Amino acid sequence: MVAETNSNTISITLRVWRQAGPDAPGKFVDYPAANLSTHMSFLEMLDVVNDGLTLKGEEPIAFAHDCREGICGTCSCTINGKAHGPGHGVATCQIYMRAFRDGEVIVVEPFRAKAFPLVKDLVVDRSAFDRIIQAGGFISVRTGAAPDANSIPVPKTDADLAMDAAACIGCGACVAACKNASAMLFVAAKVSQLGLLPQGQPERDSRVLAMVNTMDALGFGSCTNQYECSAACPKTISHDFIARLNRDYLKASVRSAFKPVSSAAGGSG
Amino acid sequence: MAKLDSKIPAGPLADKWRRHKTEIKLVNPANKRKYEIIVVGAGLAGASASATLAELGYKVKNFVFHDSPRRAHSIAAQGGINAAKNYQNDGDSVHRLFYDTLKGGDYRSREANVHRLAEVSVNIIDQCVAQGVPFAREYGGLLANRSFGGAQVSRTFYARGQTGQQLLLGAYSALSRMIAAGGVEQHTNSEMLDLVVVDGHAKGIIVRNLITGEIERYAADAVILATGGYGNVFNLSTYARGSNVTASWRAYKRGACFANPCYTQIHPTCIPVTGDYQSKLTLMSESLRNDGRIWAPKNKADRLKPPASIPEADRDYYLERMYPSFGNLAPRDIASRAAKRVCDEGRGVGETGLGVYLDFADAINRLGEPVVRERYGNLFDIYHEITAESAYQQPMRIFPAVHYTMGGLWVDYNLMSNVPGLFVLGEANFSDHGANRLGASALMQGLADGYFVIPYTIGDYLAGQKPGARPSVDAPEFKAAAENIRAMTERFLQIKGKETVSHYHKRLGKILWEHCGMARTRASLEQALKLIPALRDEFWANVTVPGSAATLNQSLEQAGRVADFFELGELLCLDALTREESCGGHFREEYQYPDGECKRDDEKFAHVAAWEFQGAGKPPLRNIEPLNYEFTKMSVRNYK
Amino acid sequence: MNLAGSIFGSTIGRKIIIAATGVILIGFVIGHLVGNLQIFEEADRLNGYGAFLHQLGPLLWVARIVLLGSVILHIWAATVLTLENHAARQIKYGVKHTIQATLASRMMRWTGVVVLAFLLYHLAHFTLGFTSVATYKENLPLYTMVGDYRVAGFLAVKSGTQVLDVRSMVILGFQQPVVALFYIVAVGLLSFHLLHGADSLFQTFGWRSQKWAGALRKLVIVFCAIYFLGNLAIPGAVLLGKIPVAEPARAAARP
Repeated sequence: MVAETNSNTISITLRVWRQAGPDAPGKFVDYPAANLSTHMSFLEMLDVVNDGLTLKGEEPIAFAHDCREGICGTCSCTINGKAHGPGHGVATCQIYMRAFRDGEVIVVEPFRAKAFPLVKDLVVDRSAFDRIIQAGGFISVRTGAAPDANSIPVPKTDADLAMDAAACIGCGACVAACKNASAMLFVAAKVSQLGLLPQGQPERDSRVLAMVNTMDALGFGSCTNQYECSAACPKTISHDFIARLNRDYLKASVRSAFKPVSSAAGGSG
Repeated sequence: MAKLDSKIPAGPLADKWRRHKTEIKLVNPANKRKYEIIVVGAGLAGASASATLAELGYKVKNFVFHDSPRRAHSIAAQGGINAAKNYQNDGDSVHRLFYDTLKGGDYRSREANVHRLAEVSVNIIDQCVAQGVPFAREYGGLLANRSFGGAQVSRTFYARGQTGQQLLLGAYSALSRMIAAGGVEQHTNSEMLDLVVVDGHAKGIIVRNLITGEIERYAADAVILATGGYGNVFNLSTYARGSNVTASWRAYKRGACFANPCYTQIHPTCIPVTGDYQSKLTLMSESLRNDGRIWAPKNKADRLKPPASIPEADRDYYLERMYPSFGNLAPRDIASRAAKRVCDEGRGVGETGLGVYLDFADAINRLGEPVVRERYGNLFDIYHEITAESAYQQPMRIFPAVHYTMGGLWVDYNLMSNVPGLFVLGEANFSDHGANRLGASALMQGLADGYFVIPYTIGDYLAGQKPGARPSVDAPEFKAAAENIRAMTERFLQIKGKETVSHYHKRLGKILWEHCGMARTRASLEQALKLIPALRDEFWANVTVPGSAATLNQSLEQAGRVADFFELGELLCLDALTREESCGGHFREEYQYPDGECKRDDEKFAHVAAWEFQGAGKPPLRNIEPLNYEFTKMSVRNYK
Repeated sequence: MNLAGSIFGSTIGRKIIIAATGVILIGFVIGHLVGNLQIFEEADRLNGYGAFLHQLGPLLWVARIVLLGSVILHIWAATVLTLENHAARQIKYGVKHTIQATLASRMMRWTGVVVLAFLLYHLAHFTLGFTSVATYKENLPLYTMVGDYRVAGFLAVKSGTQVLDVRSMVILGFQQPVVALFYIVAVGLLSFHLLHGADSLFQTFGWRSQKWAGALRKLVIVFCAIYFLGNLAIPGAVLLGKIPVAEPARAAARP
């Protein structure tokens, strides 16, 4: 496994946020990294820097990563002030060193938001997203209770749009990129995916109300329609879904205020 | 010696599962909440099992080492999921899916399991659609299908290039619903490091909290492992970096048999390696082979020339040449080995000589670039991201990479291992794919196990357990296991050697890839069996793990996983050495037909090899479960 | 949650409040501008219009309350959201790179604050007469209507009626270059505020989509430009001496 001869090499300085734990003080630390192949991925560069630190007896930089192909949503750094770095429509793991110049200082920070408390170095806790989904990001269908799949036709345009929204990988870049640390794009994507499909209609109103309320309670900011989220999204999910979320939320608020409720409703077993 | 009773129900093949469901024991609905079940892993199998068991009323605890139950590597499956719906009216049926899967597995899987898989495949699609999984649709609003990886019918359902993700998010949403309802207690950042066996039954696990470093003990009435495959033993693979064998391996060391570890699948269409810093190989979906043509130069001298300058007459479309009826869609193992053969002949392309072309020029001529862009645009984008080359203008370079492992912990028809109370689902078990897995079948198996098999079969075990009789976490077995793990963790930190964990992982991976990869020989395996223990000793003497055990420490996590890979790697080679035949993903060069095809030995090896741990330093015991084919004739696989 | 709770108690609800009050205020500033542009016609027009508005009595107060309420809600919601947004990221980035947010969208808080200051000054100047006392409408000689002032064909102010000379008040006010300049700057910032606000409210109501977002953007830019030019015209024309003031008012205003 020999490196390709046509690959260029560059040297860079890595300026990384180091913080030993949630309550420890944090600071930027510079690490030089020399002779890096431009075919190397950004995370592979971090691996190499970490191996160097380990051999020097220092603690390597903690960073979140797993699939390294842009789909699991684990990787999460802010690189040179941009969530997931300089690419468009890609996650940090899909950034290659050819995106940087020789001699460049690369500033790497964790995603910053009150709702994403820092764990260590570049690792943050994004379980707030799980709690939003638990509030209603699902269709209540018991295993085995489903009708035949083709008994519910879904117009192709709706299905395609739902798929656009469903592409969200839950990485949190939208929150990181938003100046208000708002989770609107994340919530909008899930609300829209399920709201566009006929299967999602019965719980449509309760879902959007519950998910938005949970989002607010977790300390995310609000949307000021600047669309930094969709620009940073590794799956380029459109902020059109935020418009849809706003509309759904308003409709659901009005409907749930005036819709009659059966007096027999309430605690079902 | 372990008793391997497969518990295959009697009766006609098509009736076995239905009959079994009516005959196994049930747990009274009021009693279900008295049983606690631990599920480790939240990929397709783990998440679907956790959600479904909680819906039934069991108290479930789910453990993942990820920061969220939505991250497991099922999410990366691109192509699709098979189901015998026959929506395309092209002659598909449960039997045909069963037969294709069995044949694709080179007749090394259990007939009854595979048939059950084909039967429940149709329910999976219904379930996922009801959950809101946005499968591709036709203009009439009905579900679309495509043909995929070696199938002659269109039975694959897909959601763009993200089928695995969409199915996983469906299962995750069901799991989230049950977490909110209180049916599932979710433990994230929690890595299972040991199985606790009390009186011969699996009754709990030991977990390291990856954030606090705390060693925690959890007891349950049954333990389910859905912890995926072990392909990262090769270091470079299409697996996620975190994928590991630790949960399965620690269960093996507690008595669970490990079956057929040598059955590893090499995927033919991955992006070639560029350098030794490489951490990951990226898969290009097999669907590319529907329209792309695979070739290599006929002459060695042409291998570094620009592909466009090589005339048609000097190109060898070797899959089309060797397998005229399947052509570029030949099964994975066959396509992978053919690529290796071409490269071994010195005709491989790219600087490393480890690559062949996957060419879309004809498809672009025939269909036009817009159609190709619509079908494969996102894959071409991925390729461009990684290689900075445009597949619209020049052929892709591809090479096989480790992608899936068919082997895994041995389970019976109820998915229970030989340790009572320990169940194994999805890729972590060995049961359904034989020696080779067909494309779009992994998602099917994971969800079949989780949604539609374990919810029935676990009752058969639990009905025999007294409600509330599970041991306390203060039982001596739990204390001893936790102490053992704590000591192991300390040991890593004390070595303070001179090399990193990743250094040893790379070297181990190289040994396995070179000696036990796409092609294996007695000599190569015997050598690997010398090299691996030597390297393992070096690892334990010379590795360095910085930091402490009381915080997030990724080096420490990796050290434990690599330590297990060393042991598994040895077993993998031993299994490959003992299986003196070629079948599916296990290719022994000594056993081939003159045209290079696998030569099975059904006389001697129509069985499952289930390895049993005998204690540290002692050779493991090779148990055998014969494969009795009652309904199908084992024939030579022929894709010509 | 009840309707009030989901509107006042949630981030999206408060955004909707900002958008809805924004619509009211945009409607007002358009009407205000159209009314004021009557300054370019004969003196009867603007003065008759002023008298007509005063005649509305309770209706005028309803309008004033709605406007005042809108301003208060607009500011309240924006303030609460801004505080929450600050709290949502307590540790700032060392380096932050903006990808596509427009300048107007990033300046909303500042343009909003300046516009508020302007609004207060404007009310003090022309409505309440706290500043420029000498040229305040009630301190100028009354104006006698030359002809009838009609609104939608109906007679609103009869010829010969003596009304306040608001037209002269405006002209005299803008003859002070500092005041005129402040108006121009403030209205410029208001237009800039609307450049984001008028676009953004469609998103908040959920009416915007990629399909027509480009057209909407152009429409909003044209609207803001027209609004700014219309507002620029009045102090601009006064400063350039294009609109002379009636002699009695000029004499009265002379110290």
